[in-house]
Amino acid sequence: MHSIQQIQDQIIDEFNFFKDWSEKYQYLIDLGKNLPEFKDSNRIDSNLIKGCQSKVWLNSSFDNNLVIFEADSDAIISKGIISLLIRVFSGHTPEEIISANVDFIEKIGLNSHLSQTRANGLLSMVKQIKIYALAYQAKK
Amino acid sequence: MLDVYKIREDFPILGKKVNNTDLIYFDNAATSQTPNQVINVISNYYRENNSNIHRGLHSLSADATNKYENSRSIIKNHFGAAHEQEIIFTSGTTHGINIISSGLEKFISSKDELIVSEMEHHSNIVPWQMLCEKTGSKLKVIPINDDGTLNMEEYRLLLTPKVKFVFINHVSNTLGIVNPINEIIDLAHKNNSKVLIDGAQGAAHFKINLQELDVDYYVASAHKLCGPTGVGFLYGKSELLDSLPPYQGGGEMISTVSFKKTEYADLPHKFEAGTPNIAGVIGFGAAIDYMNSIGFDNIEAYEKQLLDYATENLKKIDNIKIYGDVDHKISVISFNIGNHHPSDIGSILDQYGIAVRTGQHCTQPIMDHFNIPGTVRASFSFYNTKSEIDLFIDAVKKASKMLG
Repeated sequence: MHSIQQIQDQIIDEFNFFKDWSEKYQYLIDLGKNLPEFKDSNRIDSNLIKGCQSKVWLNSSFDNNLVIFEADSDAIISKGIISLLIRVFSGHTPEEIISANVDFIEKIGLNSHLSQTRANGLLSMVKQIKIYALAYQAKK
Repeated sequence: MLDVYKIREDFPILGKKVNNTDLIYFDNAATSQTPNQVINVISNYYRENNSNIHRGLHSLSADATNKYENSRSIIKNHFGAAHEQEIIFTSGTTHGINIISSGLEKFISSKDELIVSEMEHHSNIVPWQMLCEKTGSKLKVIPINDDGTLNMEEYRLLLTPKVKFVFINHVSNTLGIVNPINEIIDLAHKNNSKVLIDGAQGAAHFKINLQELDVDYYVASAHKLCGPTGVGFLYGKSELLDSLPPYQGGGEMISTVSFKKTEYADLPHKFEAGTPNIAGVIGFGAAIDYMNSIGFDNIEAYEKQLLDYATENLKKIDNIKIYGDVDHKISVISFNIGNHHPSDIGSILDQYGIAVRTGQHCTQPIMDHFNIPGTVRASFSFYNTKSEIDLFIDAVKKASKMLG
């Protein structure tokens, strides 16, 4: 199992192969389309992340000291970004998730999705992931 | 007809690069861009004139006061108000609506009814909901038809003797539809109801005469009319504004103050407590002058051409759905393509340097009516060009193809 930082570095390497933004977006769209199906029973308001223009649901579970994330969105590019976040964070311990420094988003050139506007909820997603990890750590 | 390429030279931001490509600014319904003629007036004010108004005896203050009051005359003349004192400077449309909603509290009881429409911006819904909560009055809603227009038959039915006020936008910010406000005002007045028109989207696109409209209150924002943000005006008929209590207490809005009794100042100062946005107000006047130098008839005719050209070409795109595609509208097009989420289209257009708005546009009831998560909204101004529309149409097609 790779560390959170190693996975981020892999993603940054993969994105370095893309020539321009349209290839990056096409990749995100494909990732979004291939995101594993999200259970209808998890598509509930308490799983909705506030601060996104599109609807984003994030569900977590805790198994064997590892936090597992599943997510969904009604917008496909958001789904692609979520897919990357799940790859980075899912399957790690609460401590690893809490202490992780998220740098891949900026490094793969998705800064415009990081702005502090109500329309771009990427920061809200990362925050929610860390809040879940904190909750599981507190429960232990 | 106007010379768009000459006009574009007035707007420094239009030469900007976004995502390494020329900016195409189609988010004019959210805020319009600012020409040098306005930017210079604002920066000159801080270089040459900055001082507080209506207070100082010194020359600088007198100069600033003259310029500030001159803006009031410009706005009074442009919008055809009867008196300068009927123009109250505000921080914008929302502020104007809140001055009225808070002032009406003492005139409204639990027996009264108020009317809004399904197509209002949240800022012309929420203050009235708050008023209803405080007074126990009832808020009634004029529904929209499936083409996005107001259902006028329903409006007639809703206008019962209990209705004290009607609050309607001049133009829908989401759909661009121009409402028949002459008829809305006439019907309301025959019913002894007063009318407030939210002119945030109307004021920038055609000439308005407040006295001919015989409207009771009208509100608008400078930043939709090539002016600065944080400024707007509230128009009200003198006798109505006189009857309203002040919105905020403070300096400027009083004539005498003692601990026994404070007398409020006359209009318009009663509603302009504290030091106002002086530079903004002066910039607002400059913006109206600038737009008049181009001519509102020219602006209206040119923007209609842009709207027709864009609508015709957008309609050729597969699976496109335009909301509010009716004859009488301003240069705003709200659309979706197939089941693609508007934010996906918007994100891709941004990569092409094209600024559009996506989402609910602060009009959730419209989205609920059409059962959609939002729309992509392209809104054109008199400084946009047909070649920008060509690039936009091409980018929309590419976005649709990428999303598959």
